[in-house]
Amino acid sequence: MKQTEKKLQYQTTLIVNGKTEKLTLPAWVSLLDALRHHLDLTGTKKGCDHGQCGACTVICDGKRILSCLTLAVAKDGSEIKTIEGVGSKENPHPLQRAFIEHDAFQCGYCTPGQICSALGMLEEGEAQTLEEIKDSLSGNLCRCGANANIIDAVTEVKANHYE
Amino acid sequence: MNNFNYLRADDTEHAVALIGKETNSRFLAGGTNLIDRWKYNLTHPDTLIDLANIEELHQITETENGGLRLGAMAGNADTAYHPLVKKRYPLLKNTILAGASAQIRNAATNGGNLMQRTRCYYYYDHESPCNKRNPGSGCPATEGHNRLHAVIGHSENCIATHPSDMCIALAALDAVVQVTGAEGNRSIPFTEFHRLPGNNPSKDNTLRPGELITSIDLPAEGFAENYSYLKLRDRNSYAFALVSVATGLRLKDSKIEKANIAVGGIAHKPWRVQEAEDFLKNKRPDRDNFAQAAEIIMDGAEGFEHNAFKIPLTKRAIIRNGMMALNPQETQRPGAGPSR
Ligand SMILES: Cc1cc2nc3c(=O)[nH]c(=O)nc-3n(C[C@H](O)[C@H](O)[C@H](O)COP(=O)(O)OP(=O)(O)OC[C@H]3O[C@@H](n4cnc5c(N)ncnc54)[C@H](O)[C@@H]3O)c2cc1C
Ligand code: FES
Ligand code: FES
Repeated sequence: MKQTEKKLQYQTTLIVNGKTEKLTLPAWVSLLDALRHHLDLTGTKKGCDHGQCGACTVICDGKRILSCLTLAVAKDGSEIKTIEGVGSKENPHPLQRAFIEHDAFQCGYCTPGQICSALGMLEEGEAQTLEEIKDSLSGNLCRCGANANIIDAVTEVKANHYE
Repeated sequence: MNNFNYLRADDTEHAVALIGKETNSRFLAGGTNLIDRWKYNLTHPDTLIDLANIEELHQITETENGGLRLGAMAGNADTAYHPLVKKRYPLLKNTILAGASAQIRNAATNGGNLMQRTRCYYYYDHESPCNKRNPGSGCPATEGHNRLHAVIGHSENCIATHPSDMCIALAALDAVVQVTGAEGNRSIPFTEFHRLPGNNPSKDNTLRPGELITSIDLPAEGFAENYSYLKLRDRNSYAFALVSVATGLRLKDSKIEKANIAVGGIAHKPWRVQEAEDFLKNKRPDRDNFAQAAEIIMDGAEGFEHNAFKIPLTKRAIIRNGMMALNPQETQRPGAGPSR
């Protein structure tokens, strides 16, 4: 497409995993690209870039969203939690422990999105039954087919930490 | 993909002024459809006008006539889980929760849901002809892959469907769309909001250029006792409907006093047929009567190579969903699959 005029740059502040980050970005940069390319937080993954796989899931102001369909400038002032902000190597989040214990990944590409989505679901507190949990996590595809173990891991964490 | 500028509107008047002033501009709500289409090279805005700062558009409030006003910028998930929606409009809740994924529903808004565009494969392929995207270029879907496409109300120029689940409940519930624009405010009955393709498939709805949706208003009656949403699709979740049915019934002395039935996935707009609802009045809510209503609803349907199956499927779904509505406590499942 022909660019008729030069487009502007925008000052954008994101609070990422508790740290205030000031960025200067053109409007078309997705939150996903801002995290990965501008902040070097590559835990969040790009699968489809079209809202169809869930790999790019992050938690924005307490809610899980898809960072690939979100403009970074539109989230100026928001608090973003990425997988880098969920537990640490020394002190993993219960979900991270449960994923290891239940063998809930193979290649691991979908895992950051799965964990952020599961965390969002547990904090929303709407999904209760097994059928509801499966439905609530169905926005995260796993190409390796680890879904059954993912559901086991999440239901265990729900039972032990969220009830 | 083109770059664009980004502005934030302070209030509805500001939004309307900006869209009039900035050439080739679009409103931005959750972005889950607009940003996706922009990435597919289907839309090339020069400026996006973000509605996020307009506080009044985020509200969900009770109206004077006992109904509920859903702000255009209220989120789809926030709407579905709102206590008054759960209690009084469970049909709406179930349609919203049967759409997209939890992440998308958190970002998507009510206004954006109405304005989302078709999922026709040829519309999405920017190299392909498409009368919706490029008027006059033709409609390859009529001769091509048309599994997802319309079986009723289509024209030779376009056989696309409107993909929303939420809109099927809004049609069944007799919602009203409130809009504002340079020429003032208007109210549009939901069934008149989306339109049939006819000779002008590029227009999905009756919104005028530059008009802003401010809210969607629900009337007092929510059919909270007898309702059902049934969504049939190629996989259990995270897929658009092949056919979906929203039914609300008001029963009295084991007869139907009022039946509202809207069908999704089969037409360019949510499909409602008054004659079928009139037929059901004072009838028993049984399979035979729903079957006759289904015949009336699908009168004039015409399928294509890959979607003719939708005609009998829709009729069966209307019957099944009518029966499911008699006992929503037992029949409603996450994802709106068929009752067990
Ligand atoms: C992978 C995927 C799967 C999906 N599956 C489903 C599904 O199964 N069922 C379903 O129903 N939906 C589904 N959706 C669609 C989703 O529901 C829509 O993308 C969403 O509702 C759009 O809302 P938004 O706020 O993000 O709109 P945006 O993308 O921000 O806007 C969409 C359009 O509406 C216009 N607009 C927005 N607000 C207003 C307003 N107030 N007044 C006037 N114009 C306005 C914008 O200019 C734009 O043209 C899916 C989406 C994706 C990406
Ligand atoms: S990368 Fe965002 S949903 Fe696939
Ligand atoms: S573990 Fe490989 S995609 Fe899920």
